[in-house]
Amino acid sequence: MVKLISIAAASFAFMATTSLAGGHCAADKTLTEGKFTIATGNPAYYPWVMDDAPESGQGFEAAVAYAVANEMGFVAADVVWVRSSFDEAIQPGVKNFDVNMQQYSITAERDQVVDFSVPYYTAPMAVLVGAGATDTAATLEALKGLKWGAVGSTTAVQKIANTVKPTNDPLLYGDNADVNAAISANQIDAAMFDLPTALFLSAVMIEGSKVIGQFPSAESDNADQFGMLMEEGNSLKACVDEALTAITENGVLASIEAKWLQNTTGVPLIK
Amino acid sequence: MNNTKAAGQTRREKYEQHQRRRSMLIAAASTILVLAALVIFVPMAPGWEKVQKSFFNAAVLTKTFPKLLDAFVVNVMIFAWSAPAIAILGLFIALARNAKSPALFPLRIFGATFTDVFRGVPVILTVYLIGFGIPGLGLPRPWNSPFIWGSLALVLTYSAYVAEIFRSGIDSVHPSQRSAALSLGLTELQVLRDVVLPQAVRNVVPSQMNMLIALQKDVSLLSFIGPVEIFRQAGVFKSLFANFTPYVGAAIIFLIVTIPATRYADYLMARQMRERR
Repeated sequence: MVKLISIAAASFAFMATTSLAGGHCAADKTLTEGKFTIATGNPAYYPWVMDDAPESGQGFEAAVAYAVANEMGFVAADVVWVRSSFDEAIQPGVKNFDVNMQQYSITAERDQVVDFSVPYYTAPMAVLVGAGATDTAATLEALKGLKWGAVGSTTAVQKIANTVKPTNDPLLYGDNADVNAAISANQIDAAMFDLPTALFLSAVMIEGSKVIGQFPSAESDNADQFGMLMEEGNSLKACVDEALTAITENGVLASIEAKWLQNTTGVPLIK
Repeated sequence: MNNTKAAGQTRREKYEQHQRRRSMLIAAASTILVLAALVIFVPMAPGWEKVQKSFFNAAVLTKTFPKLLDAFVVNVMIFAWSAPAIAILGLFIALARNAKSPALFPLRIFGATFTDVFRGVPVILTVYLIGFGIPGLGLPRPWNSPFIWGSLALVLTYSAYVAEIFRSGIDSVHPSQRSAALSLGLTELQVLRDVVLPQAVRNVVPSQMNMLIALQKDVSLLSFIGPVEIFRQAGVFKSLFANFTPYVGAAIIFLIVTIPATRYADYLMARQMRERR
């Protein structure tokens, strides 16, 4: 009797997995069969993920993640979230995620070590200034004289060094919260972020601060495109790319962007 | 002819030479064996190629090493102004804790509280709290610089440790010396300055060398509040190249400085042991 039940259970489990995996481009390619494991930051920030709860599907990256998963044939319940730091994402060895999305800018250097999907968002860099410097003109000349800060692991560091070329060496920090603390303590005048993050920080986090300008997205070193990060040589890349291309073409991506990312047209271009 | 050595080595000398040779051979053989195991077996691990590419990448190292050296100058600067301040404050705290006069009891309490607090809190927390907290009060530039307040955090923490070492040095001077000096008519201050401290400081030099080495590494903690010293610079390169080799480069630079310093501390320690024997 016991044997009979276990055989029944086993065959049921078998049917369950095959029915889930049936017809997937992603079949046999994910970490756990039938599940799609996505990593995000710890914590994950607004407006990318709302309330640090990606499971809700609220926030731009969370919404994109579920749209991609859906396109690949996974139902919402099959999406598993894990947390990862940048270092965990690039360290050699086995990964604990299928894809990792936390505003990773696609760069040629990084691409040699990990794989990126096609981009799901193009973010211009923007300048956030503290309460003491809000009347700074949106010109490179005026920006040079400011005391700069940025998160050390972002492409903003290169943007400051190559485009702004400030007179004082910039100060670099570990995460957004520390940059906020430095702006609040008036240790730096200005910080460089991608535009949606800058708008959020200015509106919600740092009293009296202002986004005074964004860099034209046509600039060669400013094509800050966010891609989903995968282990180098991951066979899933083709499926993820296909899904992202599909939601780009059918307008789903654009509507998610319109819903979660603020209207960025009000921010002047830096000359 | 009165050359007593004509017979050559004694049997004892022969035996001892044999033993020395034997132990040198064993040491050499075991060293070669261990090195061979490392060189042969580590690369046989399945992930070695990936590890080599992301931790020991020659191209990335040559590209980043000069800039890491530049950033290390910042470490040296912070170290250079923090170390003397630590020595002075540490000595003061040690003396405060050892104050004998009843009127100075509050000073003793202060010394004890100071060491309790700053030895008990992790350095990084002190750096964060002082480095962002005090400038947040609204100090004008340049007085809110993270260099000033970060260094102060290091000075406070390390003074607590250094004070305890100084105190053990002071305690190691036998009380009879104090009594003898007092009976000769020296004042308390003279006893402290001319009799106790010179010996106390000398006794703890090797231990304090170790604190210097530790400080030299902990300067990197200031990177958390803004200064771009070697650890932060390596982190920037790590993100840029998605490669950990810059960290290895930074570690090499640290070792170039700390290994001679550690050897020197060992030498001082050994010399002190010999003198005491």
